[in-house]
Amino acid sequence: MNVPALRLKDIVKTFPGVRALDGVSFEVLPGEVHALLGENGAGKSTLMKVLGGIYQPDEGQIFIEEQAAKMASPLDAKSKGVVFIHQELSLADELTVAENIYLGELPRKSFGRVDWAELYEKSGAILERLNCGFTPQTRVGSLSIANKQMVEIARALTVEAKAVIFDEPTASLTDAEKVVLFDIINDLRTQGVGVVYISHRMDEIFTISDRISVLRDGSYRGSLITADTNEDEVTQLMIGRSLDLTHAIIPNDLGEVALSVEGLSCGSLFQDVSFELRAGEVVGFYGLVGAGRTEIAETLFGLRTASAGTIKISGDVVRINSPIDAISHGISLVPEDRKEQGLILGMNCRDNMTLPQVGDLTNGPFVSSGQEIAIFDTYYEKLEIKTPSWKQQAGNLSGGNQQKIVIAKWLSMAPKVLIVDEPTRGIDVGSKSEIHNLIRDLAAQGYAIIVISSEMPEVLRVSDRVIAMFHGRIMREFSAAEVTEDTLVQAISGIHADKNST
Amino acid sequence: MNSENLKSFMGKGAIWGFILLELIFFSIAGEFMSLSDKAFMDWDNMLLLFKQSAPIGIIALGMTVVMVNGNIDLSVGATFALCAVVMLDSMTWEIFAGLGDWVIPVAWALALITGMVLGLINGLIVWKTGVDAFIVTLGSMLGFRGLVFMYNGENPTSHLNWTLVDMAEADILGIQTPTIILLVCTVLIWIVMTRTVHGRNAYAVGDNREAAVNAGIRVGPHMVWNFVLIGFLAALSSVVFYSSSGSVNPNDGTLYELWVITAVVLGGTKLAGGSGSVISTLGGVLAIQLLRKGLGHIGADTAMVNLVIGLILIAVLFLDQQLNRKGKQELKV
Repeated sequence: MNVPALRLKDIVKTFPGVRALDGVSFEVLPGEVHALLGENGAGKSTLMKVLGGIYQPDEGQIFIEEQAAKMASPLDAKSKGVVFIHQELSLADELTVAENIYLGELPRKSFGRVDWAELYEKSGAILERLNCGFTPQTRVGSLSIANKQMVEIARALTVEAKAVIFDEPTASLTDAEKVVLFDIINDLRTQGVGVVYISHRMDEIFTISDRISVLRDGSYRGSLITADTNEDEVTQLMIGRSLDLTHAIIPNDLGEVALSVEGLSCGSLFQDVSFELRAGEVVGFYGLVGAGRTEIAETLFGLRTASAGTIKISGDVVRINSPIDAISHGISLVPEDRKEQGLILGMNCRDNMTLPQVGDLTNGPFVSSGQEIAIFDTYYEKLEIKTPSWKQQAGNLSGGNQQKIVIAKWLSMAPKVLIVDEPTRGIDVGSKSEIHNLIRDLAAQGYAIIVISSEMPEVLRVSDRVIAMFHGRIMREFSAAEVTEDTLVQAISGIHADKNST
Repeated sequence: MNSENLKSFMGKGAIWGFILLELIFFSIAGEFMSLSDKAFMDWDNMLLLFKQSAPIGIIALGMTVVMVNGNIDLSVGATFALCAVVMLDSMTWEIFAGLGDWVIPVAWALALITGMVLGLINGLIVWKTGVDAFIVTLGSMLGFRGLVFMYNGENPTSHLNWTLVDMAEADILGIQTPTIILLVCTVLIWIVMTRTVHGRNAYAVGDNREAAVNAGIRVGPHMVWNFVLIGFLAALSSVVFYSSSGSVNPNDGTLYELWVITAVVLGGTKLAGGSGSVISTLGGVLAIQLLRKGLGHIGADTAMVNLVIGLILIAVLFLDQQLNRKGKQELKV
């Protein structure tokens, strides 16, 4: 029988300013493991949300065993046999395994009483099928992360699953636990279930999948049979050749060493990180989510305490225990999550911009509105911020302009080191290049800048040097001249690490 | 005026519109239903309204600051009672016997210091333990009330000093001391919240604590100051009220915290923090007091008054939520 378990046809989904999915088609056959690959922002999660009924597609159709289906909600998708194993676990820690497996659909007796006997029997059967080493009566909170993932999988198996979608399932698993997971996926395969496997990790995809499909910039870029392809071919499909290479990096005149980090470690998050950053230079940190890049930034900014290593600013060893220390030493951070960590959304643009230094902008006991507006006006022009006036609430600006407010907040304090974490996350394509140009301009003005990004084109677009990270360690450092997409992807995936490490 | 300004005006002005509505309603209803033949919107009656609003109102100003800051203080009622005990009892202490009437400012100072110390305790616990302010002040509410009872058992603490009463009942152009203190405090705190660094930081911390930390604001000490402020204001409220009454029952001030929070919320301050205004809180306080007086004026009893206030509070917040829900795509939780 060769009827696809699940088929998506020409799915289009647009958000204001972004065409997130542009006619994507995708299918998975029964008994097949179909890997879905793509960079961050390529549209994988949007596609899965369409499939799961969280978003409704603007155009296109979904077929389950060639029957057209409409996914009204996640519950609806599940009842139609499409189940998700999410990266983030959604379990109730205080309940038992059995209760979690049948959450929302507990078997009942008369008067709404729970039929515990049936519950434990049915969930016990599923756990047995998965070869789990715990009982249905175990409290979920006491399980390891891997075992919690098992519970998620068990939950998926309560219905007659036609297609199971694994979204980055190994993100928090150890190697031993991965083996167990792969066994389960193989079991599902032999039972004739269609498996969609989403992951960044090349080695896993080659271990488990039968077929690989690649998404890039919201559109489908082709499928490969796993047995007939290799990592290079997949990598090329992933990055494509549409990279804008007309913006070759023009190096600035480099100044003094602004920041020097030696042997910096923070527990298990990252170890033995050493690098130097000069005035006028942009260093890009590239790696997968969880490789420890953001954690380095947070440590430099005093939000985490380093367990070892030294930080030197302009040659002097400094101790940084809080953001206040970092700011006083001239380190500033434009955080990853602008809305949660960078801006006070309910405050106006001017107040946001002057927040760290408002204590110095006073006239007697009162804040000097004039000095504040002067700062706002300077950066309003310099960074070409688009807002009707400084009175506009930061929450009402577009992503690109919000980011400019956060950047201006630090520029107005003349920092020595500017760390920008994911500079263009959630920013539409047009404004992205504006932010990129801004970063290059700032470097040309003599700022020392660290850019952390999960988007390769972005890293290549702005960096004089690229540092590739994998599992909390620096794998390799590239100069702008020598870096290629292939070597970079391999370095951050931990492939050929030994061959390439310098 | 663009729609943004209009919306913010509606948000801030709503409580005053509500007060106007109450005034009109009770004036008209009073014509038909009131037993007294005095008009409701009588000058004396309005002055009395402000005076009666003062005890809750003064505390509500501090609660506004604490709630804008993203915290809450449930211990204000107990602080109110404990400060009254300190003030009235200290006037009878033997060490102050030689002071004559100069014992009055000393007693006031002791009461105010007590309030600030109690606030400091709350603030330090919230800062150092990181436990939610709701839980911390729930505990201190019980603890402080316990101290009141330890002091004098079930008996009231009384001391009548006529000089004190005269001062409390004094007036300028008919405006009595409690009203003056309420209005002066409102203006001062309004200035602090809108014109100073401390006020700016209070909104920032309440709106997004993580971003405030990232901007280098010392969030812990900042919050402690606000707890000291509300402790001071609870004590000031107590000083104002008990200077004229001269007797405190150990159960006095019970449920004050809830009336205060009701007034603050009615004035438009968000429980989640980051937004609110002491001027609107003053409106909230006056609106509640007007309701009590107005319903009394047309012959309703206390039970009815509470029922109506409760219903209006829920109705107002429901309306606010409907008008201000940011977008229809917001997650339904």
